[in-house]
Amino acid sequence: MSPAPDPTTHPGGGLAVEFTDAVAIVGGFPVLAGANFHVRRGEIVLLHGPNGAGKTSLLRLCAGLLPLERGQGRVLGLDLVRQRADVRRRVGLLGHGNGLYVDLTVSENVAFWGATVGAGAGEIAAALVRMGLDGRLATVAVGRCSAGQKRRTALACLVVRRAELWLLDEPHASLDAAARDELDDLLRKAAAAGATVIVASHETERAAPLATRQLAVAGGLVVDDTPSPGVGRGT
Amino acid sequence: MAPDHSAAGAISPWRLAWLIALKDLRIEARSRVVVYQVLPFAVIVMVMFGFALDDDGIAQRVAPGLIWLATLFSLLVVVQRSFAVEAADGALDALRVAGVDAVSIFLGKALAMAAQLVVLELVLFVTAVVLYGPRVRPGGLALLVVTWVLATIGLALVGTLYGGLTAGFTGRETLLPLLVLPVVAPVLIGATRAVESALGTTGAAVSEGWPWIGLLTVFAGAFGVGGSLAFGPLIDE
Repeated sequence: MSPAPDPTTHPGGGLAVEFTDAVAIVGGFPVLAGANFHVRRGEIVLLHGPNGAGKTSLLRLCAGLLPLERGQGRVLGLDLVRQRADVRRRVGLLGHGNGLYVDLTVSENVAFWGATVGAGAGEIAAALVRMGLDGRLATVAVGRCSAGQKRRTALACLVVRRAELWLLDEPHASLDAAARDELDDLLRKAAAAGATVIVASHETERAAPLATRQLAVAGGLVVDDTPSPGVGRGT
Repeated sequence: MAPDHSAAGAISPWRLAWLIALKDLRIEARSRVVVYQVLPFAVIVMVMFGFALDDDGIAQRVAPGLIWLATLFSLLVVVQRSFAVEAADGALDALRVAGVDAVSIFLGKALAMAAQLVVLELVLFVTAVVLYGPRVRPGGLALLVVTWVLATIGLALVGTLYGGLTAGFTGRETLLPLLVLPVVAPVLIGATRAVESALGTTGAAVSEGWPWIGLLTVFAGAFGVGGSLAFGPLIDE
Protein backbone atom coordinates (compact mmCIF):
# COMPACT_ATOMS: atom_id res chain seq x y z
CA MET A 1 0.00 0.00 0.00
CA SER A 2 1.40 3.36 -0.92
CA PRO A 3 1.61 6.08 1.71
CA ALA A 4 -1.61 7.98 2.21
CA PRO A 5 -1.55 11.66 1.35
CA ASP A 6 -1.40 14.00 4.28
CA PRO A 7 -1.68 17.54 3.05
CA THR A 8 -1.96 18.88 6.58
CA THR A 9 1.74 18.28 7.08
CA HIS A 10 2.50 20.59 4.18
CA PRO A 11 1.88 24.22 4.93
CA GLY A 12 0.92 26.43 2.05
CA GLY A 13 -1.81 26.73 -0.50
CA GLY A 14 -4.33 24.22 -1.75
CA LEU A 15 -3.70 21.02 -3.56
CA ALA A 16 -2.99 21.00 -7.27
CA VAL A 17 -3.22 17.21 -7.51
CA GLU A 18 -4.88 14.78 -5.15
CA PHE A 19 -5.29 11.07 -5.82
CA THR A 20 -6.79 8.48 -3.51
CA ASP A 21 -6.57 4.79 -4.41
CA ALA A 22 -6.23 5.75 -8.08
CA VAL A 23 -6.47 2.90 -10.54
CA ALA A 24 -5.82 3.33 -14.27
CA ILE A 25 -5.89 0.51 -16.79
CA VAL A 26 -4.28 0.39 -20.23
CA GLY A 27 -4.89 -2.62 -22.44
CA GLY A 28 -6.22 -4.64 -19.53
CA PHE A 29 -3.11 -3.99 -17.47
CA PRO A 30 -3.31 -1.80 -14.35
CA VAL A 31 -0.67 0.85 -14.96
CA LEU A 32 -1.70 2.49 -11.69
CA ALA A 33 -2.82 0.11 -8.99
CA GLY A 34 -4.25 2.21 -6.17
CA ALA A 35 -1.86 5.16 -6.06
CA ASN A 36 -2.20 7.71 -3.28
CA PHE A 37 -0.42 11.04 -3.47
CA HIS A 38 -0.91 14.76 -3.54
CA VAL A 39 0.93 17.76 -4.90
CA ARG A 40 0.51 21.25 -3.52
CA ARG A 41 0.13 24.27 -5.76
CA GLY A 42 3.49 25.84 -6.56
CA GLU A 43 5.47 22.68 -5.83
CA ILE A 44 8.04 21.11 -8.10
CA VAL A 45 7.74 17.36 -7.61
CA LEU A 46 10.07 14.75 -9.02
CA LEU A 47 8.68 11.34 -9.96
CA HIS A 48 11.30 8.64 -10.15
CA GLY A 49 11.30 4.91 -10.49
CA PRO A 50 12.25 2.12 -12.88
CA ASN A 51 10.95 1.71 -16.41
CA GLY A 52 7.32 0.59 -16.40
CA ALA A 53 6.77 1.81 -12.85
CA GLY A 54 3.87 4.01 -13.88
CA LYS A 55 5.46 7.47 -14.05
CA THR A 56 4.25 8.29 -17.56
CA SER A 57 0.81 6.84 -16.82
CA LEU A 58 0.60 8.99 -13.75
CA LEU A 59 1.38 12.10 -15.80
CA ARG A 60 -1.15 11.12 -18.47
CA LEU A 61 -3.74 10.53 -15.78
CA CYS A 62 -3.11 14.00 -14.37
CA ALA A 63 -3.50 15.41 -17.90
CA GLY A 64 -6.85 13.70 -18.35
CA LEU A 65 -5.55 11.47 -21.13
CA LEU A 66 -6.06 8.26 -19.17
CA PRO A 67 -9.42 7.47 -17.62
CA LEU A 68 -9.52 7.01 -13.87
CA GLU A 69 -11.05 3.56 -13.47
CA ARG A 70 -11.33 3.50 -9.68
CA GLY A 71 -10.54 5.72 -6.76
CA GLN A 72 -10.72 9.49 -6.61
CA GLY A 73 -8.73 12.12 -8.41
CA ARG A 74 -8.79 15.90 -8.38
CA VAL A 75 -6.56 18.12 -10.47
CA LEU A 76 -6.49 21.88 -9.89
CA GLY A 77 -9.59 21.47 -7.77
CA LEU A 78 -11.50 19.75 -10.58
CA ASP A 79 -12.88 16.24 -10.53
CA LEU A 80 -10.89 14.15 -12.97
CA VAL A 81 -13.89 12.03 -13.96
CA ARG A 82 -16.61 14.62 -14.33
CA GLN A 83 -14.53 17.65 -15.36
CA ARG A 84 -11.86 16.06 -17.52
CA ALA A 85 -12.23 18.60 -20.35
CA ASP A 86 -11.75 21.48 -17.92
CA VAL A 87 -8.70 19.80 -16.43
CA ARG A 88 -7.11 19.42 -19.85
CA ARG A 89 -7.58 23.08 -20.62
CA ARG A 90 -5.46 24.03 -17.61
CA VAL A 91 -2.60 21.56 -17.76
CA GLY A 92 0.35 21.21 -20.10
CA LEU A 93 1.95 17.87 -20.88
CA LEU A 94 5.36 17.47 -22.43
CA GLY A 95 5.64 13.75 -23.04
CA HIS A 96 7.96 11.66 -25.15
CA GLY A 97 6.67 13.51 -28.20
CA ASN A 98 6.95 17.27 -28.42
CA GLY A 99 3.51 17.86 -29.91
CA LEU A 100 4.96 19.92 -32.74
CA TYR A 101 4.30 20.13 -36.49
CA VAL A 102 7.58 19.52 -38.23
CA ASP A 103 6.60 21.33 -41.45
CA LEU A 104 5.81 24.55 -39.60
CA THR A 105 8.44 26.92 -38.32
CA VAL A 106 9.29 27.34 -34.66
CA SER A 107 7.34 30.59 -34.41
CA GLU A 108 4.35 29.17 -36.31
CA ASN A 109 4.15 26.28 -33.86
CA VAL A 110 4.27 28.57 -30.85
CA ALA A 111 1.78 30.93 -32.48
CA PHE A 112 -0.64 28.08 -33.20
CA TRP A 113 -0.62 26.76 -29.64
CA GLY A 114 -0.86 30.29 -28.31
CA ALA A 115 -3.82 31.02 -30.55
CA THR A 116 -5.72 28.07 -29.07
CA VAL A 117 -5.88 29.97 -25.78
CA GLY A 118 -6.18 33.43 -27.29
CA ALA A 119 -2.58 34.48 -26.64
CA GLY A 120 -1.60 37.74 -28.31
CA ALA A 121 1.43 38.45 -30.48
CA GLY A 122 3.23 39.92 -27.47
CA GLU A 123 2.85 36.75 -25.42
CA ILE A 124 3.99 34.62 -28.32
CA ALA A 125 7.06 36.77 -28.90
CA ALA A 126 7.84 36.73 -25.17
CA ALA A 127 7.66 32.93 -25.06
CA LEU A 128 10.05 32.69 -28.00
CA VAL A 129 12.50 35.06 -26.35
CA ARG A 130 12.23 33.27 -23.04
CA MET A 131 13.24 29.95 -24.59
CA GLY A 132 15.96 31.50 -26.74
CA LEU A 133 14.02 30.85 -29.92
CA ASP A 134 13.83 34.37 -31.28
CA GLY A 135 15.87 35.62 -34.21
CA ARG A 136 16.67 33.40 -37.17
CA LEU A 137 15.76 30.20 -35.34
CA ALA A 138 12.13 31.31 -35.15
CA THR A 139 11.84 31.03 -38.93
CA VAL A 140 13.36 27.56 -39.19
CA ALA A 141 11.06 24.59 -39.81
CA VAL A 142 10.86 22.40 -36.70
CA GLY A 143 11.82 19.39 -38.81
CA ARG A 144 15.20 20.99 -39.36
CA CYS A 145 15.81 21.78 -35.69
CA SER A 146 18.00 19.76 -33.38
CA ALA A 147 16.38 17.59 -30.71
CA GLY A 148 17.18 20.21 -28.09
CA GLN A 149 15.71 23.03 -30.15
CA LYS A 150 12.53 21.01 -30.63
CA ARG A 151 12.30 20.47 -26.88
CA ARG A 152 12.72 24.19 -26.26
CA THR A 153 10.01 24.91 -28.83
CA ALA A 154 7.68 22.50 -27.03
CA LEU A 155 8.42 24.28 -23.75
CA ALA A 156 7.69 27.63 -25.38
CA CYS A 157 4.32 26.22 -26.44
CA LEU A 158 3.70 25.23 -22.83
CA VAL A 159 4.59 28.74 -21.67
CA VAL A 160 2.35 30.45 -24.18
CA ARG A 161 -0.55 28.12 -23.28
CA ARG A 162 -0.42 29.46 -19.70
CA ALA A 163 -0.58 25.99 -18.21
CA GLU A 164 -1.21 25.94 -14.46
CA LEU A 165 0.07 22.41 -14.02
CA TRP A 166 3.17 21.41 -15.96
CA LEU A 167 3.58 17.67 -16.51
CA LEU A 168 7.01 16.92 -17.91
CA ASP A 169 8.24 13.49 -18.92
CA GLU A 170 12.03 13.36 -19.12
CA PRO A 171 12.27 17.06 -19.95
CA HIS A 172 16.07 17.14 -19.81
CA ALA A 173 16.39 14.51 -22.53
CA SER A 174 18.17 15.77 -25.66
CA LEU A 175 19.10 19.09 -24.09
CA ASP A 176 22.69 20.29 -23.85
CA ALA A 177 24.10 21.60 -20.58
CA ALA A 178 23.15 25.22 -21.23
CA ALA A 179 19.63 24.32 -22.28
CA ARG A 180 19.24 22.14 -19.17
CA ASP A 181 20.19 25.08 -16.99
CA GLU A 182 17.71 27.26 -18.87
CA LEU A 183 15.01 24.64 -18.38
CA ASP A 184 15.68 24.41 -14.64
CA ASP A 185 15.54 28.18 -14.40
CA LEU A 186 12.28 28.25 -16.35
CA LEU A 187 10.68 25.64 -14.08
CA ARG A 188 11.73 27.49 -10.94
CA LYS A 189 10.30 30.73 -12.29
CA ALA A 190 7.10 28.96 -13.32
CA ALA A 191 6.69 27.54 -9.82
CA ALA A 192 7.51 30.89 -8.24
CA ALA A 193 4.78 32.46 -10.37
CA GLY A 194 2.23 29.95 -9.08
CA ALA A 195 2.40 27.08 -11.54
CA THR A 196 2.81 23.53 -10.27
CA VAL A 197 5.38 21.28 -11.89
CA ILE A 198 5.58 17.49 -11.89
CA VAL A 199 8.70 16.06 -13.52
CA ALA A 200 9.19 12.38 -14.29
CA SER A 201 12.85 11.65 -14.75
CA HIS A 202 15.44 8.95 -14.57
CA GLU A 203 18.07 11.64 -14.15
CA THR A 204 17.44 12.07 -10.46
CA GLU A 205 20.81 13.68 -9.82
CA ARG A 206 19.88 16.39 -12.27
CA ALA A 207 16.25 16.83 -11.28
CA ALA A 208 16.41 16.34 -7.51
CA PRO A 209 17.98 19.74 -6.72
CA LEU A 210 15.20 21.34 -8.72
CA ALA A 211 12.41 19.58 -6.85
CA THR A 212 10.82 20.36 -3.51
CA ARG A 213 9.68 16.79 -3.09
CA GLN A 214 10.35 13.37 -4.57
CA LEU A 215 7.84 10.62 -5.15
CA ALA A 216 9.13 7.12 -5.83
CA VAL A 217 6.89 5.13 -8.15
CA ALA A 218 7.00 1.35 -8.47
CA GLY A 219 4.46 -1.20 -9.69
CA GLY A 220 1.81 1.43 -10.28
CA LEU A 221 2.03 2.75 -6.72
CA VAL A 222 3.64 5.74 -5.08
CA VAL A 223 5.88 3.89 -2.65
CA ASP A 224 7.85 6.74 -1.11
CA ASP A 225 7.28 10.45 -0.53
CA THR A 226 10.31 12.40 0.65
CA PRO A 227 11.38 16.03 0.72
CA SER A 228 14.00 16.72 -1.90
CA PRO A 229 17.53 17.39 -0.64
CA GLY A 230 17.64 20.60 -2.68
CA VAL A 231 15.54 23.62 -1.91
CA GLY A 232 14.98 24.22 -5.61
CA ARG A 233 12.98 27.40 -5.28
CA GLY A 234 15.44 30.05 -6.27
CA THR A 235 14.54 32.64 -8.74
CA MET B 1 3.82 33.27 -16.24
CA ALA B 2 0.75 34.06 -14.21
CA PRO B 3 -1.66 31.30 -15.07
CA ASP B 4 -4.70 32.84 -16.62
CA HIS B 5 -7.29 30.84 -18.37
CA SER B 6 -9.87 33.51 -18.70
CA ALA B 7 -9.05 33.75 -22.38
CA ALA B 8 -9.19 30.01 -22.96
CA GLY B 9 -12.93 29.86 -22.62
CA ALA B 10 -13.31 32.88 -24.89
CA ILE B 11 -12.09 31.02 -27.95
CA SER B 12 -15.15 29.74 -29.75
CA PRO B 13 -15.24 26.22 -31.21
CA TRP B 14 -15.66 27.77 -34.66
CA ARG B 15 -12.57 29.90 -34.19
CA LEU B 16 -10.61 26.84 -33.05
CA ALA B 17 -11.84 24.87 -36.06
CA TRP B 18 -10.70 27.69 -38.32
CA LEU B 19 -7.27 27.76 -36.64
CA ILE B 20 -6.88 24.02 -37.14
CA ALA B 21 -7.95 24.24 -40.79
CA LEU B 22 -5.48 27.07 -41.43
CA LYS B 23 -2.76 25.11 -39.67
CA ASP B 24 -3.40 22.04 -41.84
CA LEU B 25 -3.45 24.11 -45.03
CA ARG B 26 -0.24 25.85 -44.01
CA ILE B 27 1.38 22.46 -43.44
CA GLU B 28 0.28 21.43 -46.95
CA ALA B 29 1.59 24.69 -48.39
CA ARG B 30 4.99 23.92 -46.84
CA SER B 31 5.19 20.20 -47.50
CA ARG B 32 3.36 20.17 -50.90
CA VAL B 33 2.44 16.53 -50.36
CA VAL B 34 -0.89 16.93 -52.16
CA VAL B 35 0.67 18.88 -55.02
CA TYR B 36 3.72 16.69 -55.54
CA GLN B 37 2.34 13.27 -54.60
CA VAL B 38 -1.45 13.04 -54.45
CA LEU B 39 -2.24 15.04 -57.60
CA PRO B 40 0.20 13.10 -59.81
CA PHE B 41 -1.13 9.87 -58.31
CA ALA B 42 -4.71 10.83 -59.14
CA VAL B 43 -3.82 11.87 -62.69
CA ILE B 44 -1.90 8.63 -63.22
CA VAL B 45 -4.95 6.66 -62.05
CA MET B 46 -7.07 8.49 -64.66
CA VAL B 47 -4.53 7.78 -67.40
CA MET B 48 -4.33 4.11 -66.38
CA PHE B 49 -8.11 3.85 -66.60
CA GLY B 50 -7.81 5.15 -70.15
CA PHE B 51 -5.25 2.48 -70.99
CA ALA B 52 -7.40 -0.23 -69.45
CA LEU B 53 -10.59 0.81 -71.28
CA ASP B 54 -8.90 1.52 -74.62
CA ASP B 55 -12.13 2.74 -76.17
CA ASP B 56 -13.02 6.44 -76.48
CA GLY B 57 -16.75 5.81 -76.41
CA ILE B 58 -16.65 3.70 -73.26
CA ALA B 59 -14.15 6.00 -71.58
CA GLN B 60 -16.35 9.04 -72.23
CA ARG B 61 -19.40 7.21 -70.89
CA VAL B 62 -17.72 6.11 -67.66
CA ALA B 63 -15.65 9.29 -67.16
CA PRO B 64 -17.81 10.55 -64.24
CA GLY B 65 -17.31 7.29 -62.35
CA LEU B 66 -13.59 7.37 -63.04
CA ILE B 67 -13.33 10.91 -61.66
CA TRP B 68 -14.97 9.89 -58.41
CA LEU B 69 -13.06 6.62 -58.13
CA ALA B 70 -9.77 8.48 -58.55
CA THR B 71 -11.02 10.97 -55.95
CA LEU B 72 -11.75 8.17 -53.48
CA PHE B 73 -8.31 6.62 -53.92
CA SER B 74 -6.70 10.02 -53.46
CA LEU B 75 -8.89 10.72 -50.44
CA LEU B 76 -7.25 7.81 -48.64
CA VAL B 77 -3.82 9.34 -49.15
CA VAL B 78 -5.02 12.78 -48.06
CA VAL B 79 -6.63 11.36 -44.90
CA GLN B 80 -3.54 9.40 -43.95
CA ARG B 81 -1.37 12.44 -44.48
CA SER B 82 -3.73 14.63 -42.43
CA PHE B 83 -3.49 12.37 -39.40
CA ALA B 84 0.15 11.42 -39.89
CA VAL B 85 1.12 15.03 -39.13
CA GLU B 86 -0.87 14.82 -35.90
CA ALA B 87 0.52 11.46 -34.82
CA ALA B 88 4.16 11.97 -35.79
CA ASP B 89 5.19 13.99 -32.73
CA GLY B 90 2.22 13.52 -30.42
CA ALA B 91 0.36 16.60 -31.65
CA LEU B 92 -3.06 14.95 -31.44
CA ASP B 93 -2.42 14.22 -27.76
CA ALA B 94 -1.28 17.80 -27.36
CA LEU B 95 -4.51 19.07 -28.92
CA ARG B 96 -6.50 16.92 -26.49
CA VAL B 97 -4.48 18.10 -23.50
CA ALA B 98 -4.85 21.68 -24.68
CA GLY B 99 -8.57 21.21 -24.17
CA VAL B 100 -9.34 21.87 -27.82
CA ASP B 101 -12.89 20.70 -28.34
CA ALA B 102 -13.06 17.48 -30.38
CA VAL B 103 -15.77 19.02 -32.55
CA SER B 104 -13.36 21.81 -33.45
CA ILE B 105 -10.67 19.32 -34.37
CA PHE B 106 -13.16 17.35 -36.45
CA LEU B 107 -14.57 20.32 -38.32
CA GLY B 108 -11.20 22.02 -38.75
CA LYS B 109 -9.53 18.99 -40.21
CA ALA B 110 -12.55 18.25 -42.41
CA LEU B 111 -12.53 21.82 -43.72
CA ALA B 112 -8.84 21.64 -44.65
CA MET B 113 -9.39 18.24 -46.25
CA ALA B 114 -12.35 19.56 -48.26
CA ALA B 115 -10.26 22.46 -49.54
CA GLN B 116 -7.59 20.04 -50.76
CA LEU B 117 -10.19 17.74 -52.32
CA VAL B 118 -11.77 20.63 -54.25
CA VAL B 119 -8.44 21.35 -55.93
CA LEU B 120 -7.88 17.66 -56.56
CA GLU B 121 -11.32 17.19 -58.12
CA LEU B 122 -10.88 20.23 -60.34
CA VAL B 123 -7.65 18.78 -61.70
CA LEU B 124 -9.30 15.39 -62.17
CA PHE B 125 -12.24 16.94 -64.02
CA VAL B 126 -9.93 18.83 -66.37
CA THR B 127 -7.91 15.65 -66.89
CA ALA B 128 -11.08 13.71 -67.73
CA VAL B 129 -12.15 16.38 -70.22
CA VAL B 130 -8.75 16.31 -71.88
CA LEU B 131 -8.44 12.51 -71.93
CA TYR B 132 -12.02 11.38 -72.48
CA GLY B 133 -13.74 14.40 -73.96
CA PRO B 134 -16.98 14.79 -71.95
CA ARG B 135 -18.55 18.27 -72.00
CA VAL B 136 -20.87 20.02 -69.56
CA ARG B 137 -24.36 20.28 -71.05
CA PRO B 138 -26.37 23.49 -71.02
CA GLY B 139 -28.11 23.58 -67.70
CA GLY B 140 -25.78 21.00 -66.23
CA LEU B 141 -23.28 23.39 -64.67
CA ALA B 142 -25.39 24.09 -61.56
CA LEU B 143 -25.90 20.38 -61.00
CA LEU B 144 -22.20 19.77 -61.46
CA VAL B 145 -21.21 22.45 -58.94
CA VAL B 146 -23.76 21.36 -56.31
CA THR B 147 -22.70 17.73 -56.70
CA TRP B 148 -19.08 18.73 -56.42
CA VAL B 149 -19.65 20.71 -53.20
CA LEU B 150 -21.86 18.15 -51.44
CA ALA B 151 -19.79 15.11 -52.39
CA THR B 152 -16.61 16.88 -51.26
CA ILE B 153 -18.15 17.77 -47.90
CA GLY B 154 -19.35 14.19 -47.41
CA LEU B 155 -16.00 12.68 -48.31
CA ALA B 156 -14.08 15.10 -46.10
CA LEU B 157 -16.34 14.37 -43.11
CA VAL B 158 -16.08 10.59 -43.54
CA GLY B 159 -12.34 10.79 -44.13
CA THR B 160 -11.81 12.86 -40.98
CA LEU B 161 -13.98 10.59 -38.85
CA TYR B 162 -12.25 7.39 -39.92
CA GLY B 163 -8.84 9.04 -39.97
CA GLY B 164 -9.35 9.90 -36.30
CA LEU B 165 -10.60 6.42 -35.55
CA THR B 166 -7.56 4.72 -37.07
CA ALA B 167 -4.98 7.34 -36.01
CA GLY B 168 -3.94 5.41 -32.93
CA PHE B 169 -3.90 1.96 -34.54
CA THR B 170 -0.92 0.08 -35.86
CA GLY B 171 -1.65 -0.98 -39.41
CA ARG B 172 -3.84 2.07 -39.96
CA GLU B 173 -2.62 2.37 -43.58
CA THR B 174 -4.39 -0.87 -44.51
CA LEU B 175 -7.28 -0.49 -42.10
CA LEU B 176 -8.37 2.91 -43.40
CA PRO B 177 -9.34 1.79 -46.95
CA LEU B 178 -11.20 -1.21 -45.55
CA LEU B 179 -13.31 1.05 -43.37
CA VAL B 180 -13.73 4.08 -45.62
CA LEU B 181 -14.42 2.66 -49.07
CA PRO B 182 -17.60 0.74 -48.18
CA VAL B 183 -18.93 3.71 -46.24
CA VAL B 184 -18.47 6.18 -49.09
CA ALA B 185 -20.20 3.94 -51.63
CA PRO B 186 -23.35 6.14 -51.51
CA VAL B 187 -21.24 9.17 -52.45
CA LEU B 188 -19.66 7.28 -55.33
CA ILE B 189 -23.05 6.21 -56.63
CA GLY B 190 -24.86 9.50 -56.07
CA ALA B 191 -22.08 11.74 -57.35
CA THR B 192 -21.46 9.58 -60.39
CA ARG B 193 -25.14 9.49 -61.39
CA ALA B 194 -25.48 13.25 -60.90
CA VAL B 195 -22.34 14.07 -62.91
CA GLU B 196 -23.45 11.67 -65.65
CA SER B 197 -26.63 13.72 -65.92
CA ALA B 198 -24.73 16.99 -65.88
CA LEU B 199 -22.41 15.81 -68.64
CA GLY B 200 -24.94 13.71 -70.52
CA THR B 201 -22.51 10.87 -70.89
CA THR B 202 -25.18 8.18 -70.49
CA GLY B 203 -28.02 9.99 -72.20
CA ALA B 204 -29.75 10.88 -68.94
CA ALA B 205 -31.44 14.28 -68.72
CA VAL B 206 -30.04 16.94 -66.37
CA SER B 207 -33.24 16.77 -64.33
CA GLU B 208 -32.58 13.11 -63.60
CA GLY B 209 -29.44 14.06 -61.73
CA TRP B 210 -31.07 16.30 -59.13
CA PRO B 211 -32.66 13.54 -57.02
CA TRP B 212 -29.16 12.23 -56.30
CA ILE B 213 -28.38 15.56 -54.66
CA GLY B 214 -30.79 14.52 -51.91
CA LEU B 215 -28.72 11.44 -51.19
CA LEU B 216 -25.51 13.47 -51.07
CA THR B 217 -27.14 16.03 -48.76
CA VAL B 218 -28.40 13.38 -46.35
CA PHE B 219 -25.01 11.69 -46.38
CA ALA B 220 -23.11 14.90 -45.64
CA GLY B 221 -25.60 15.89 -42.95
CA ALA B 222 -25.53 12.49 -41.26
CA PHE B 223 -21.75 12.37 -41.12
CA GLY B 224 -21.53 16.02 -40.10
CA VAL B 225 -23.77 15.45 -37.08
CA GLY B 226 -22.67 11.89 -36.33
CA GLY B 227 -19.01 12.69 -36.82
CA SER B 228 -19.18 15.71 -34.51
CA LEU B 229 -20.70 13.54 -31.79
CA ALA B 230 -18.47 10.51 -32.28
CA PHE B 231 -15.09 12.07 -32.99
CA GLY B 232 -14.29 12.97 -29.38
CA PRO B 233 -14.88 9.49 -27.92
CA LEU B 234 -13.08 7.93 -30.91
CA ILE B 235 -9.83 9.86 -30.44
CA ASP B 236 -10.06 9.50 -26.67
CA GLU B 237 -10.05 5.70 -26.84
